[in-house]
This record gives sequence, C-alpha cells and structure tokens, in this order.
Amino acid sequence: MKYLWKKIGTLIITLFIVSFLSFLAFSVIPGDAAQSKLGTEASEEQVKALQEEMGLNDPLLIRYGRWVVGFLQGDFGESYSYSVPVKEIVLNKIPIMVALVLLSFLWILVISIPVGIFLAQHSNRWFDYVIRVGNQVLMSIPSFFIGMIITLIFGLLLKWFTPGSYIPIEENFIGFLGYLIAPSIAMALPKSAMAIKILRSAILSQAGMDYVRTAYSRGNTKKQVLYRHIFRNAMIPTVTFWAMTLVDLVASSIIIEQVFSIPGMGSILITSISNRDYPVVQFIIVFIATIVIFVNFLVDLLYGKIDPRVHIRK
Amino acid sequence: MKRVKNICLLLFALTLILVLGGCRGEKEEGKESTLNSTSSQETNAEPTMGGSIVVGISQDLDSLDPHKSVAAGTKEVLFNVYEGLVKPDSSGNYIDAVAKSHTISEDGKTYTFQLRDGVKFHNGAEVTAEDVKYSIERCAGITEGGTPLIAAFSNVKSVEIPDEKTIEIHLKQADTEFLAYLIVGIVPKNVEDYNKNPIGTGPFMYDSRSPQDYVKLKKFDEYWDQDHQAYLDEVTFKVVSDSSALVNGLKSGAIHMAARISIDETASLDPNAFTIYEGGSNLVQALYLNNAKEPFNDIRVRQALCYAVNRQEIVDMVSDGKGTVIGSSMFPAFKKYYMPELADYYKQDIQKAKELLKEAGYPNGFTFTMTVPSNYQKHIDVAQVLVEQLKQVGVNAKIELVEWDSWLSDTYVNRNYEATVVGVDAAYLSARALLERFTSDYSRNFINYSNPKYDELYEQVQKSTSDEEQVKLYKEMETLLTEDAANVYIQDMNNQVALNREYSGYEFYPLYVQDMAKIYKVAQ
Repeated sequence: MKYLWKKIGTLIITLFIVSFLSFLAFSVIPGDAAQSKLGTEASEEQVKALQEEMGLNDPLLIRYGRWVVGFLQGDFGESYSYSVPVKEIVLNKIPIMVALVLLSFLWILVISIPVGIFLAQHSNRWFDYVIRVGNQVLMSIPSFFIGMIITLIFGLLLKWFTPGSYIPIEENFIGFLGYLIAPSIAMALPKSAMAIKILRSAILSQAGMDYVRTAYSRGNTKKQVLYRHIFRNAMIPTVTFWAMTLVDLVASSIIIEQVFSIPGMGSILITSISNRDYPVVQFIIVFIATIVIFVNFLVDLLYGKIDPRVHIRK
Repeated sequence: MKRVKNICLLLFALTLILVLGGCRGEKEEGKESTLNSTSSQETNAEPTMGGSIVVGISQDLDSLDPHKSVAAGTKEVLFNVYEGLVKPDSSGNYIDAVAKSHTISEDGKTYTFQLRDGVKFHNGAEVTAEDVKYSIERCAGITEGGTPLIAAFSNVKSVEIPDEKTIEIHLKQADTEFLAYLIVGIVPKNVEDYNKNPIGTGPFMYDSRSPQDYVKLKKFDEYWDQDHQAYLDEVTFKVVSDSSALVNGLKSGAIHMAARISIDETASLDPNAFTIYEGGSNLVQALYLNNAKEPFNDIRVRQALCYAVNRQEIVDMVSDGKGTVIGSSMFPAFKKYYMPELADYYKQDIQKAKELLKEAGYPNGFTFTMTVPSNYQKHIDVAQVLVEQLKQVGVNAKIELVEWDSWLSDTYVNRNYEATVVGVDAAYLSARALLERFTSDYSRNFINYSNPKYDELYEQVQKSTSDEEQVKLYKEMETLLTEDAANVYIQDMNNQVALNREYSGYEFYPLYVQDMAKIYKVAQ
C-alpha cells in the first residue's frame, strides 16, 4: 500500500513539474496567442484587448496558479483558437490515440515474440543473418518514412486501403480500426525490429547460464527449458524495452497521424503549439505525461509477477 | 562469417538504392505526361444537380464567426456560407447580394442600400434591416464593447434605417472605396454565438465540424438567387496539414479538390483523373526590406539589390516558369490597377548593381539576414535562389527560418528584422488593400517605408470621388514604390488547383475564395 502511495506521490510531483515547464516554455518562446489569433490585419488596440481578455498580461505564476486550480476542479480551460472548452476538442481524440498505440503495440508483440524466439533457437544459421541485417535496416528507417512507403505501395499501387479516407470511430468502429491497420504497422515495424533484437539476445545470453545446464541435466526437454526457465528470465529486459516502446509509440503516433491524415491528438497538438493555444497544449502534455508514468508503474508491477525474486517492498 | 554479413549488408544497401531510385524515375515520368495535357483542360460535360465533394484544405478554420475570423484560409470557406450587402464576382466586380441596389453620396460619406426582397437566413428567417444594422454595427464595435471587430469599420459613425427596406451607413471621414469592405457577412441579430451557430445567407449552410478534421456544409435550398443555386448537396472541407498526405488523398480518391498545391505535386497526379486549373495566387511575393535598417535605409543599396536579381530565373527555377514577374505591390488579377511595365523597371545588371553598392559605400558588399516563415515552402525556395543571385554582387544573405508565429510577432509587428521573403495578399477588392500599408503612419507598415510624396498621393486618393482619378493616383503610388526600390518585388505565384474529373466548374477569383456553388458533378 505504501508503495502505491509513493507512486501516486511521484505522479503528482512529476505532473506539476511537467506542466510548469511547458507553461514556462510558452512564456519564453516568441509569439503571442492574441496576435496569432488576430493575424496580420489586427490593430494594436485589438491585440491589447484580446490579451486582456485571455488574461495573458498577468504574471506567469498567477496564470499558472489559475490553470492549476481550474485543472484540479476538472475545468481544463477554453481553447484560444476555437473558443470552446478544451474538453470538447481533446476528449474525443483520446480513443484515436489509444487505439493507434495499442494496435501498433499488439503488432509488435505478435511479430517480435515468435520471430525473436525462433531466431534465438536457430542462431547463426543463414536466415538468422539475413533477418538480423534486415532488422538493422528496418530499425534505422523512421516510422513516418515507412508510412509513406506503405501508402505508396499498399494504398496507391495495390489499393488495399484508401489513403486519406479516415473513418470516424462513431461512424463505424470496424472501419475505424481497419483504417488504423496501415499506420499502426508503420509505427510497429521499426520497433518490432528492435524488439526482436532485444528478445533474441536476451534469450541467448540466458541460454549460456549455469542454471540452464542444470535444467537440462535434470532431464528437461529443450522446449521445457526454453519456456519455463530461459524465457521467464529473458522477459525482464524485454518488458523494460516494451514499456519504453509503448511510450515511444505515443510520440510517434503524433507524427504518423500527419502522414495518414488521421485527425487525432497529434494534429491538434501541433497546430495548438503553432497557434500558441496553451490550454490545449497543457492538457495534452499532462495527459501524455500521465500515460508515461502509468506505464512505468505497470511495468514495476509486472516485474514482480514475472520474477518473484524482484520484490516490491509492501 | 563476417564476410557473409558484409555481403548481405551490401545487398540491402543496393536494393534500397534501387527502390529509392525507382520512386524518383516514376515521378519524373508523371511530370512529362501532365505537361502535355495542360491543353486538354476541362471536361465540358453537362452539369448535374446533387452529389457531394471533399475539398482538402491545409489548415483548420480559426473561427466560424464571419467578423472574428482572420485567416485567409477561413475566408475562402466562409465565402460559401455568408454574404454581404455586396459580394465579389470572379472578374473582380461587386454585385449586389443581400442588397438589391446601392448609391454612394457625392461627398463619399453616406452609403444607401435597398434591401432585396425574400433573402432568407439559413434558419429560415427573412433578412431585415435590423439584422443588417446589427451586423455593420457589430463590425464597427458600436454594439459590442467598443473596439471594432474589423479595423476598417472604425470609420463608421452610425447606421440608420429610414424605412424597412433601406439602410444608410454614415461614415466619419469620406471614403469612396468603403463598398469594398461591405462584402462582410450579414448575420441574424438574435443569435448568441456565431462561432457555434454560423448562420448566413449564402448558397451553402453550415452542417457540422470537428476540430482539425473537417467542416461540412449543406446546400441551402431557399437561397435567394434561384438561378445560381449550388449544384452540390454537400461539401466537406477536410483539414490535411501535410501536403504529401493531401496529394495521396487526391490520388486515392478520398479528396476531390485541392488548391494551392505545388507544381511537382500536380505533376504527380494522373492527368486522366484530374483537371489542373492554373491561375495567379494573388499574392505580392517579394524580398521585403526593412527600409529603416542599415544598409537598406540607403535607396542605392535597395536599387542595387533590385538590379542584382533576375526574377525570371527565380520563377523558372522554383516553379517551372509558371508565375508572373511583378515590379511593384500589385498583382495582375487587379487589372484596373496593374502596371505590367513596372516588371521590367529593373533588368538584371550586375555591373550597375556593383556601382550602386560602391557609391553607397559598400564596395565589397555586405551581409544580411533574410527571415523566412518556415511553413511556406514557396518562399523558402525563392529565398534560396535569391541568396545565390545576390552572391554575384558580393552580398551575402543568410536565411533564417522562423515559425509563423515568431514571424508575426517579431518581424511583422515589432519590425525587428533586416529582410524577409513573404507574400502579401489583398483582403478586399481595391488597390488600397495593397498600397495603404506603406503609408508612413500606417500601423502595420512593416517595411518602415516612408516617402512624403507617397503619403500625399494616398491622401488625394481618399479625397477623390472619381474612380478614374483614383486609379491614376494608385498607379502613381505603385510607380513610386518601384522607383524607390522599396522592396525587391518578385512574382505573383502560380496557383494550381486540382479537381477530380468527376467534377467541373472551378472558377478563380481575384480574392482568396473558393466558390463551391459553381462546382458540379459531371454527368457520366
């Protein structure tokens, strides 16, 4: 229980730091929300009046305090550029991001676990080399580029999907997931390559341990040793990597959304940053930070499940 | 074993090169085929009623309130929803819209409009003189708060309703060109939030939107002009900020129309599937110089830069020669005011440029920074060619890319820059939209240009009530800008509009608008 409280404590402190830093960043970079909203034709007085209305003239700490108080009461503020509550804009984008990230995470697991185990079992065979080199190449290609190639080959040449024809989740859930297949694969491929590499080498390094020899000497079959002993131990570095991947996927979803023109969190975040629409940016940043911390928390719990030797002091 | 690994690596590298090389070859092929097809322009088939279209736009709308929206990209969409007392047509004239006729008093201070009968708002209510009065007063800040929502309306003194069908707008100062501003949308009086309830009188009515996703419009069946009803039942403006995603959407058929796409992008489209319309983008693209900053405060330096630059070469390099070289702050779509002869005022003359620099005290040239907004590839391309051309006279320019927002606050508002490459557009159909901005005390004279003669000419324009005289004076102002080498004027960029061949009817306007009411589905 104490552990849980400690985790929640860190969560709160981290969120404070993150949100304050992003607030600070906005006050340092050039550009101004009021000017941005009014454009080139606005007069001095118009800009001043709007700045006053938006409360931009107050000191930084007061503005931050006001935001925190609102946030704690569940009031995330109003978007400067859309003049509607942030909630209305962002909440229905969350399922898009979550679906995209989870789907792509699923691909990574589906691809990397069998391939990783298979390669470890047959290390130093010719296909091990081929796949490893292929892996190396795949790892070094950024996901947005893979996305472009997928669009070109599977979208425009083979016409397996229609680029740009995103289907909203409310309209048709199956169609929605269908459109996310291509972008989620684009995000998954470079990460799967890395996951394969990590899993393969983790298994191989465990395979050389003394306890493996002992396990064999006790009459275990190859399969039993692999799944009961080696795999469990190899999971520790792999799960750590998966957690990092999950967090990375959140970031790369922002970019991949642009490539496949998915109207998700990424496009909102990017335009809100360039419009200096901080209420929206603040919300998204806090949301993403929460996800990151939450994933880390889950991983800590998972360690204990995989390897009972890792004890969490209760 | 290591050798096998190396060989595999090499093989992979080779395939990668082949794949990438393949992509490039294909693109070039596409380019050729469209070049041949530009002559086979439109599919001249019978228009049909009904159908829907998806139009790709690069940025979301900033507000659906016609008086509060500022982005040009918003105005081009809202043009279909709102109408003013008058509205522009595709040849640059004003036609009566909500009003059926208008008169301007001799002294240029009173504008009288007769309202048209039977003009309905999208909510079904008939437009009354009260609505018009409210709309104009709202723009002028007479009803709301005090600050005018649109700066130009600060000249409005009062709006009166002599009888039910007549509106009189009284101005503080005489202004014979005020009609140009009255394209501003008329809205119903008793609506709370126009951003949430955008109700106008245009051929299309607002249906729904999702931020950063789409804005959907539906045909308005009770549009007053039954002869010019919209053909299409539904228009969806889809926000696609990434230009290659936009082009992919066109290719896949998810998007049917997109404007302002680059030449390379239109070249990659299948000419059998798309009609490419070419027009001007109605922007004055120039290397804008901060006339108050050294060395640009010296007219000789500015002239030297003008002589050092070869505009046609720039146009050839950045857009395959498509684009019109210009010589002053005016683009060809403003036929009445445009002076083609100014384009040749400064012919490239390296020797002369060097002499001028020497006279000005820079025999070895100088170094300066060009600030360019990073979201406009077309301006960045031009800046890069400029850097090379200026090297010929010993001037070293450095390109500094800044975010649009920084450009707006540092360069445009605070004028803290040396030179910048951007395009300036006209917000309404008058030379004033382009020329007033360089008068000495104009609040947004971002190049700090100051010439008493120019100011005086502008004063005369304002006093004049004859159109002919105004045109003459505006032309003198244009000439003055050229003679003073206020900026290094470059071009009115080419605007390419791609329209799927299932549709037809696209028309260019001298303003930044997309008239969707004219587009129809071609009978198959």
